[in-house]
Amino acid sequence: MMNDLIGKLFLWAFANPVLDRQDDQGVVEIRGVRVAVSTDSFVVDPLFFPGGDIGELAVNGTVNDVCMCGATPLFLTTGFILEEGMPLETLKKIVESMRAAALKAGVTIIAGDTKVVNKGKGDKVFINTTGIGIVERGLSISSGNLQPGDVLILSGTIGDHGITILSQREGLAFQAPVESDTAPLNELVRCIVDAGGEGVHAMRDPTRGGLAATLNEFAVASRVGIKVHEDRIPVDPAVAGACELLGLDPLYVANEGKALVATDESAAENVLKAIKKHPLGRNAAIIGRVVREDPGLVSMRTRLGTWRIVDMLVGEQLPRIC
Amino acid sequence: MCLAIPGKLIEIYDEAGMKMGKLDYAGTINTACLEYVPDIRVGQYALVHAGFAIGVVDEEEAQKTYELWAELEKAAAEEGTDIFGMPLDTGDEEREGEVSP
Amino acid sequence: MKYLDEFRDPRLAKAIVREIHAVTTKPWVIMEICGGQTHSIMKNGIDQLLPAEIELVHGPGCPVCVTPLEQIDKAIAIASKPGVILTSFGDMLRVPGSEKDLFMVQSEGGDVRVVYSPLDAVRIARENPEKRVVFFAVGFETTAPNNAMAVWQAYRQGLKNFSLLVSHVLVPPAMEALLSSPANRVQGYLAAGHVCTVMGWKQYEPIAEKHGVPIVVTGFEPVDILEGILMVVKQLEKGQARVENQYSRVVKREGNRPAQELVNRVFEVADRKWRGIGTIPVSGLKLRPEFRDHDAEILFEESGREVEEPPECLSGLVLQGLKKPHECPAFGTTCTPRTPLGATMVSSEGACAAYFSYHRQAKIHDC
Repeated sequence: MMNDLIGKLFLWAFANPVLDRQDDQGVVEIRGVRVAVSTDSFVVDPLFFPGGDIGELAVNGTVNDVCMCGATPLFLTTGFILEEGMPLETLKKIVESMRAAALKAGVTIIAGDTKVVNKGKGDKVFINTTGIGIVERGLSISSGNLQPGDVLILSGTIGDHGITILSQREGLAFQAPVESDTAPLNELVRCIVDAGGEGVHAMRDPTRGGLAATLNEFAVASRVGIKVHEDRIPVDPAVAGACELLGLDPLYVANEGKALVATDESAAENVLKAIKKHPLGRNAAIIGRVVREDPGLVSMRTRLGTWRIVDMLVGEQLPRIC
Repeated sequence: MCLAIPGKLIEIYDEAGMKMGKLDYAGTINTACLEYVPDIRVGQYALVHAGFAIGVVDEEEAQKTYELWAELEKAAAEEGTDIFGMPLDTGDEEREGEVSP
Repeated sequence: MKYLDEFRDPRLAKAIVREIHAVTTKPWVIMEICGGQTHSIMKNGIDQLLPAEIELVHGPGCPVCVTPLEQIDKAIAIASKPGVILTSFGDMLRVPGSEKDLFMVQSEGGDVRVVYSPLDAVRIARENPEKRVVFFAVGFETTAPNNAMAVWQAYRQGLKNFSLLVSHVLVPPAMEALLSSPANRVQGYLAAGHVCTVMGWKQYEPIAEKHGVPIVVTGFEPVDILEGILMVVKQLEKGQARVENQYSRVVKREGNRPAQELVNRVFEVADRKWRGIGTIPVSGLKLRPEFRDHDAEILFEESGREVEEPPECLSGLVLQGLKKPHECPAFGTTCTPRTPLGATMVSSEGACAAYFSYHRQAKIHDC
């Protein structure tokens, strides 16, 4: 639903070349300096989960949105919408973890706002953020820049965050030795850009909708076909176990600390090596390739060697029994 | 119609008068009712559907199905071809790290 | 994962494919009964491996697809009442009723919760004595024992606030109805492995004999499905019509006795309406009078409803294997996963949804 809403209403109302690229950040030039700006909202339930919390998620998610165009994230603003009666102690814990995450990512929170809504009109706390960064070199990294022949590299295992959140839900009593993969990726991105330079055509951190959503967004934005290999896509065994149990496809399960990179064929080896050297990229793998045929379509070579379409998901993927 | 997955039984316990079990799926753990598999033992694999063990996996039968086809593979290998009749050295595996569509 | 990965081994799968090509000499139409098998076939592209002579037709084995509109409207009506918690498997939340679906009821403030097991619904009932907790009990013989245990536990513990909205269906009567229809083209069947884990395969022996069709109890992984197809084709080529068991690592001839016993104690067989097909005699289950206090249809006086299907939806023909999803004029145009007309497009098990998401462009070439 969200994609149609964005497609029709907002793009018509606010139409401009920067927004039309539909990247996670807008890059504009102000007196010769190229500035990347992003905005995001965070509504996670539960607020605290293994590997992180809504505060850390908000900082890391914003840092990642900004740096995915090659920019260096510098400043953040944060807006809180608090539900009346939310314990101050909870807010304190969230703010503390935001402070730590900002320090770790090397960004400064320079402005903020707080509003309180009546009880029942919100869900404890919503956080909206804005991220600002500088795009130093002549980089042009956007979901519209994929070229046929490009190689697709994924920085690590998929589905860790989504399964961690589901494991905390009341009705789905299962425990998975898995944590949210929420992490700031700006350092990893610098290694990627240093290794690949102009060869890095597109980058995005797949979050809600999983890897499948990002692959489809790339294919549509660049009007190219994408072919991936099922047996190349890394999935943690316990996450795979949970997905089997709940009838979920890991391709559609949320991530919070992974990068999907499209690089020119010549730069692929260097970029892969650079990612694998980084602590957040140890399980990186080449998962597929950009092709000319079937523009806008993502297809996958199954373990059996047959091909199937990887579609954009409609609505949230629910656990199923049949 | 009915998603059911094999999990390794690692613990048996009682809850509200029902025999229950803890099962392991490659590290993920969940619980299931064992009332329909009364003689199952810890270490065996149960087939779990929507929170219930509806059957116990028969290790011998599983092995039989698997070996039936593994023999075919061995026979093909002796002839110098892989299981699909292709010569052994040019399997369709891509070179390491390189992807060809 | 043990007992899954071995049966997804591409080398074993291709060895069976080679054998299927070797034994197939004539065209054959084979139906896989279960929506889970349909899902596995489409997700693994198994149809692309088979000889052109073999046509796979998808059966009515998706409980979400065959749940009649009236049952969904009843669930929606019950979920909209104050003081009610409507619990359900995730599968049912997006199935469109006449006006809306359970997701919309949730967004309008209804307490609709996804559970993984019916026992979770019983626990919710125990923890919320002031609320009426209803579990939307949908499914085939595989799920009936689970729902029977939920009612049995609530009955034993005197949980008066727990009830079941039952929409249970059975495979053999549906197969009998399909085979008796003159338009039937299906020559051989893959029976649903997990239904048979509970029921065994005795019930299918009279069907195979009476209609002269081979029936092979089959699992869900690629190696299972391919081996099931091979066993059906071997019988067809020799003109045989027996029941065989491919899924031998789990299914026994008499099935799971304790499960069958509790189902027979809590439920009784009844006529059931199948969405898109109509009422099939003795093809479903309903709660025995003894458990009247746990029957949501009685408690909420919801039994009288009659509802018509959207006319342009051909899901009934698709479910009987008489039409392929892409042969329906609405497929991919007015009917898509985002705007589903019938349940076969909503449920990921449904043939229309599987066709739309995995293979809507037939020209996906093997490169």
